[in-house]
Amino acid sequence: MAWMAWTLPTAIFFVIIAFTLITFTILAIKYPETPRIGVLRIETTRGDRLFITLLGSAFINLAWLGLVSASQPYALIVCLIYAAAVFRWV
Amino acid sequence: MEKTVNQKAWFLILPVLVLVAFSAVIPLMTVVNYSVQDTFGSNKFFWVGLEWFSDILSSDRMWDALGRQITFSTIILAIEVPMGVFVALNMPKKGFWASVCLVLMSLPLLIPWNVVGTIWQVFARVDIGLLGYSLDKLGVSYNYTQDSFAAWATVIVMDVWHWTSLVALLAYAGLQSIPDAYYQAAKIDQASRWKVFRFIELPKIMGVLMIAILLRFMDSFMIYTEPFVVTGGGPGNSTTFLSIDLVKMALGQFDLGPAAAFSIMYYLVILLVSWVFYTVMVNLQKRDGA
Repeated sequence: MAWMAWTLPTAIFFVIIAFTLITFTILAIKYPETPRIGVLRIETTRGDRLFITLLGSAFINLAWLGLVSASQPYALIVCLIYAAAVFRWV
Repeated sequence: MEKTVNQKAWFLILPVLVLVAFSAVIPLMTVVNYSVQDTFGSNKFFWVGLEWFSDILSSDRMWDALGRQITFSTIILAIEVPMGVFVALNMPKKGFWASVCLVLMSLPLLIPWNVVGTIWQVFARVDIGLLGYSLDKLGVSYNYTQDSFAAWATVIVMDVWHWTSLVALLAYAGLQSIPDAYYQAAKIDQASRWKVFRFIELPKIMGVLMIAILLRFMDSFMIYTEPFVVTGGGPGNSTTFLSIDLVKMALGQFDLGPAAAFSIMYYLVILLVSWVFYTVMVNLQKRDGA
């Protein structure tokens, strides 16, 4: 695995992503859901909302890095608010 | 009645999942690992945090390449999609000539990218190429190795030549699937040719057209081989698109860290646009089905 040049932060990052995916898979099996239509006027399931959250969070982090000079972890707070909004209204 | 859903079928995609893990997921994870480190070779890495991301975000080089890339994709989509639909509308519906047209249309699609590049590189040369020589003799100042406009024109015309038939073939398949009853109804109503297109043909081919646009967008956004063979990204940097710049950075300068950060951002943009296209496509189909 040395060729993959692992670091602790990136390992934690991927473990969290994997853990989230597993959690959502279990949720989907245990509590099947029907898609709903939110503010984007598109049908979304929990999985779709997770995807929108993750992709959006990546862009929020990049925007924070490029435009705001404050410390990067604060961007995660914005991401959390964004995630809550996506799961509530999208 | 609700159909029974058998989720066990998902196990059948396990082999593909393993394959994708090896060909895409693991390399992607490695790229993420590279993007937060610096290396001087011999597999030794040093933690730099988000420095490469900041560097790339504030580098004009990346924004310029992104600008050129978006311009290129927009221009070729604006040409190829209407032209492909126009060609499809005018192709014979059946018989001998329909087959001839289909074969002719497929030919450019069968040629490998580097060969297309080489064909156009020679074709457009002023000294020996048919196109370049003819233009020169007609008094048009054309030299794609020195003039950025000529280089852009060559790369765009090459892409249009190579890929318009993909759009045409997909649109043609969409048109063929429209039942005759629609045309008969239009005839009874004495609908004009434009109205037949606007209210029957266009809505019916929207699904395949979206697939065509998605495919052409992704391919053009990742284009590398053809412009690289023809112009090598020049003159200057005028046709250096994202992937050409990325390869220069990763393999030419061996800046693995910045190149990794660059490719992650590149990937995110492609993911975002593809998701938007896909969502629009699925929702269009649902609306049509409803």
